Amino acid sequence: MNTIWALAGVVIKELYRRKDFYVLFVLTALITIATGMVNFFHDPKIVRYVKDICMLLIWVSALLIAIITTARQIPAERESRTIFPLLAKPVTRWQVILGKFLGCWLATGIALIVFYLFFAVITGSREQHWPWLGYLQAIWLQWAMLAVVVALSLLGSIVSAAPSSTTTICFIAVTGILLVGGHLDTVALHQTQPLQTLFYTIYFLIPHLEWFDIRDRVVYDWGLVDWLDCVLATLYAAAYTGLFLLLTWFGFRRKSLNT
Amino acid sequence: MSAILKTEKLRVEFTSREFRQTAKVALGSLDLEVNVGEVFGFLGPNGAGKTTTINVLLGFVPPTSGAAYLFGIDVRQPIARQRIGYLPEMTYYYKFLTAEELLRFYARIFGLPRMEADKRIDQLLKLVELENASKRPIKFYSKGMQQRVGLAQALINNPDLLILDEPTSGLDPLGRMKVREIIQRLKNEGKTVFFSSHELGEVETVCDRVAIINQGELRTVDRVSDLVARHQSNLEKIFLDIIGYQPQSTP
Repeated sequence: MNTIWALAGVVIKELYRRKDFYVLFVLTALITIATGMVNFFHDPKIVRYVKDICMLLIWVSALLIAIITTARQIPAERESRTIFPLLAKPVTRWQVILGKFLGCWLATGIALIVFYLFFAVITGSREQHWPWLGYLQAIWLQWAMLAVVVALSLLGSIVSAAPSSTTTICFIAVTGILLVGGHLDTVALHQTQPLQTLFYTIYFLIPHLEWFDIRDRVVYDWGLVDWLDCVLATLYAAAYTGLFLLLTWFGFRRKSLNT
Repeated sequence: MSAILKTEKLRVEFTSREFRQTAKVALGSLDLEVNVGEVFGFLGPNGAGKTTTINVLLGFVPPTSGAAYLFGIDVRQPIARQRIGYLPEMTYYYKFLTAEELLRFYARIFGLPRMEADKRIDQLLKLVELENASKRPIKFYSKGMQQRVGLAQALINNPDLLILDEPTSGLDPLGRMKVREIIQRLKNEGKTVFFSSHELGEVETVCDRVAIINQGELRTVDRVSDLVARHQSNLEKIFLDIIGYQPQSTP
């Protein structure tokens, strides 16, 4: 476990010493503050639009941080050749995978906390209302969803050596799942065979990341999600994360690494 | 003397993905033994199989057949690497870390207690003369400094066996001399050093024994002094002779 934590620590250091996170945070903050200063049609409920935009920016930024940070981990280790002194130590490839996953996931979690604190300050200062439990659920479910995204990106980085292509493919796949994943069964209903089977298969195979999206509840104050649903969603995310990590390990464990 | 590093009929073939391409034999049937406390030079021209051998010893490449052992343990088991240090040819370490942080990271991997790690890091930074640059990110280091930080990471666990892959490659004469001094110091401390190099003068100076391989086959293993005495020549000429180099006559 010491090795896994050591590897994770390096990933977290990398996140806060690179500019990606700061750029995304500053952009999110600037756009939210600029939106908050505009008062459309003197609408007293304008703060909901600000919350909506801020939450969308948090989701996009968190996805970008998770995918970009993860996709470059193993290719960068190979390109700079640091993978060799690392694997020459009593470190297994499974530990490398787990360490990288844990580091990326924790780094994304730290970024999420910073983003949500900003969100709480901005909306709380306008509404004088802080639904902390709702925020906690939103952070937790988004973080659980990001575990699946991080594991998927790690798998992508084993399949494709170029971080840019892994980032693009993962971002398209995740965005696609978030936008249309939940509607694939409805689409399948209106198809003829074999397309219907194909759509149903995809529907049942993909991780339904949209289930973790409770932005509307936070924005419109719809109250808390049932805690049992939170637990089930966490287990669902853990199952897909485990599956993707296993597939990553299968791909990486037999990979011949030539110096 | 007991063998600290051993290969038995080690064979490595690289299969080609291209249609009708035959497998390339990187190592034929390599039998090698390195004894405790010796500095062993592993020589051969480019493409001879030196790096492939090192890659097998470190578990980066699985052998096609045969076996390799470190401290009597099969190299496929990670525990075989607990008491070794490895310096790759040229590595660009995590550039966002400082030398001290890098060494602390590797110390954690070996599970060194904090106090022991602190002491060891101080010693190593002094040894590789990087104590004044230890808090500077590695991205600001010169090539020579990067190679020295590499040597420090290879020594973090106070290894009994050091595997160095062309440790002085790309270094200026001063950098080469410093690395050579460190190898000499390790030898005096009774460490076993296995290193590949193209710098034959350097090998002649620091090595007890050498092995010369060519085209994946072992050509000779002997003490440097015995080779020099037998051939009545320097190591460079002996090396060229053994690999079958024929100088072209000029018209």
